[in-house]
Amino acid sequence: MYKIVRKETLNPSVTLMEIEAPMIAKKAQPGQFIILRVHENGERIPLTVADYDREKGTVTIIFQIVGKTTQRLNELEEGECLQDFVGPLGVASHLAGYQKVAVIGGGLGTAIAYPQAKELHRLGAQVHSIAGFRNKDLIILEKELTACSDRCVIATDDGSNGTKGFVTNVLEGLIQEGNQYDLVIAIGPLVMMKAVCDVTKKYDIKTIVSMNPIMIDGTGMCGGCRLTVGGETKFACVDGPDFDGHQVDFDEAIRRSRMFQEEEKFAREADCRLMKKGE
Amino acid sequence: MPNMSLKKVSMPEQEPQVRNKNFEEVALGYTPEMAMEEATRCLHCKNAPCVNGCPVNVQIPDFIAKIAEGDFDAAYDVIAQTNSLPAVCGRVCPQENQCEGKCVRGIKGEPVGIGRLERFAADYRMKQGKETVQKSEPNGIKVAVVGGGPAGLTCAGDLAKLGYEVTVFEAFHTPGGVLMYGIPEFRLPKEIVQKEINALKKLGVTIQTNMVVGKVVSVDELLEDGFRAVFIGSGAGLPSFMKMEGENLNGVYSANEFLTRINLMKAYRFPETDTPVKIGNKVAIVGGGNVAMDAARSAKRLGAEEVSIVYRRSEEEMPARLEEVHHAKEEGIQFKMLTNPVRILGDENGWVTGMECVKMELGEPDASGRRRPVPVKGSEEVLPMDTVVIAIGQTPNPLIKATTPGLETQTWGGIVVKDEAGQTSKKGVYAGGDVVTGAATVILAMGAGKNAAAAMDAYIRGNQ
Repeated sequence: MYKIVRKETLNPSVTLMEIEAPMIAKKAQPGQFIILRVHENGERIPLTVADYDREKGTVTIIFQIVGKTTQRLNELEEGECLQDFVGPLGVASHLAGYQKVAVIGGGLGTAIAYPQAKELHRLGAQVHSIAGFRNKDLIILEKELTACSDRCVIATDDGSNGTKGFVTNVLEGLIQEGNQYDLVIAIGPLVMMKAVCDVTKKYDIKTIVSMNPIMIDGTGMCGGCRLTVGGETKFACVDGPDFDGHQVDFDEAIRRSRMFQEEEKFAREADCRLMKKGE
Repeated sequence: MPNMSLKKVSMPEQEPQVRNKNFEEVALGYTPEMAMEEATRCLHCKNAPCVNGCPVNVQIPDFIAKIAEGDFDAAYDVIAQTNSLPAVCGRVCPQENQCEGKCVRGIKGEPVGIGRLERFAADYRMKQGKETVQKSEPNGIKVAVVGGGPAGLTCAGDLAKLGYEVTVFEAFHTPGGVLMYGIPEFRLPKEIVQKEINALKKLGVTIQTNMVVGKVVSVDELLEDGFRAVFIGSGAGLPSFMKMEGENLNGVYSANEFLTRINLMKAYRFPETDTPVKIGNKVAIVGGGNVAMDAARSAKRLGAEEVSIVYRRSEEEMPARLEEVHHAKEEGIQFKMLTNPVRILGDENGWVTGMECVKMELGEPDASGRRRPVPVKGSEEVLPMDTVVIAIGQTPNPLIKATTPGLETQTWGGIVVKDEAGQTSKKGVYAGGDVVTGAATVILAMGAGKNAAAAMDAYIRGNQ
């Protein structure tokens, strides 16, 4: 079993868990993901590895409470165990050889952008981090991100903290200030990654995005995570999750992400009713 | 004097119009009386052609003799000597091409119902709940099996019987491979699969789930870690697509995804279970194999009004077992033969609305010996559809190939083996089942696992 050794609430809807999984911790690299199941009848959901500690044998995940599974996951406490935890899956990010990189996280995506920023920093690249949130209450990992960045800009949609506006505005501002990036990494909601790619296309800056589509096995078996990249079908689980953002068909990815929207809503609401009844 | 009836004792089944709405097993199995009656049809041929037709060498006339005597326990013991998964084989083996295909009684009339009798003996033992396991004296030698499907489980069982300390590394959260994720509950109840696996555990086999070999641990690391030999039975898990327009629309599944959602993740019990599947009213299954039949029959059970098998050749060339085709037809599945999909059409939100197909006609035989289907010009038409399941085959997952230096593979991804025993290009590493042959049957995979177990034993002994 996979014990939760630490649980931390990062904001009202985002939770961090450090999971005991020594074999995965030994192999995990930035950009890779794990798949977990909360309980016996649970679904398999992919979550990007947010951090790992090879000595302690732990893997950290950060998740947003959006549906039934993440709700149930969030109900587990330190000392309790997850039913299943498998990984590290996917191809690790290729981060070596860059001089100056803008790392952009949108909302929860910041949790995935952070290990990338950290690794780039370790490799000696100049790192500019941009993290965007809807408002100040949702800000996560500001301290951690600042520590590994040469410059860190927090933006909020409503201006309640940091710069008011979207990450794309901040990025464009930095580019216009004269910052020359040889790579932009964008991780967050599909619409945000798409918007970042629209900006970087204009300036012809290589852009890597991390895709997180619906998956079952995470090993190339179901093909549920397929997406079109450069006109070809790719499986996010084995060919990614990192892809050249300028090649990704985001509109298709957005449509595919909604495939089980009705069922997700139904499960979430049924679960809520059940929980209320139990009180 | 043997029972000279030309027909097998028929096996009770759920009525088609009842069973196409539930996931309970279709075939209900023999009663002891039926089994004993069927058993008396066996002529006990001296040369036992049936045994030659069995990839795992079950001593068929011997076990049938025990059933005829009413000693069902003894019958099971005969089967279990060479077959690690009798209750599974009795249900899903293509007996018509194997044991029963060679049965002398089949020359005039129907062959002996060997599969039904095997199933009976296995179910009888399971119902009795009798412990049958005799653990061998452990020899303290560690061996690894990659993949907990039919090939791996058989290999593991045979090695455990020889005293080896066997660990099976399974990528999914449950062992069983295609028996769990692929073959539906109504053909092979999952409880039965798990009971067979529990019997292996009692033999001393350790099963580690959530172990994706090639990711969390490599084949080389297993060898370095003290496993003296490794068997790779990772199957054919990579779904093939048609590479046609519209395949990424919402409502298009690979058969792997569709069946995994339903079987392994139990989507047919959603929302009691958390994994959903969307069925729609009009469902097309593209392909003509057993997987296509399984997908079609599952879709029907989940409430689709109209389910069609769309296959580019004619019914005669369909690779599915006759029994599966027969069952599918009984359950109301439509068969659109000589029809090939050209593209899938969708609405503005990206959902499937239809599938454009072209009519085919059969030309000269192709490399497979089957007549090659060629499109009939101008015969394109759009069939309205909500859901399309692509069931045109699977190839081996490239994960192990990519992470095992020195392991020779075919261009299509299959592992190259030197002989029937499954020796690969890498010392101490054996392979068998779909990862070697490409998608085939459960029993062939089991046969390969069995041969490899014997070869691994010989290899380890030779190196001591």
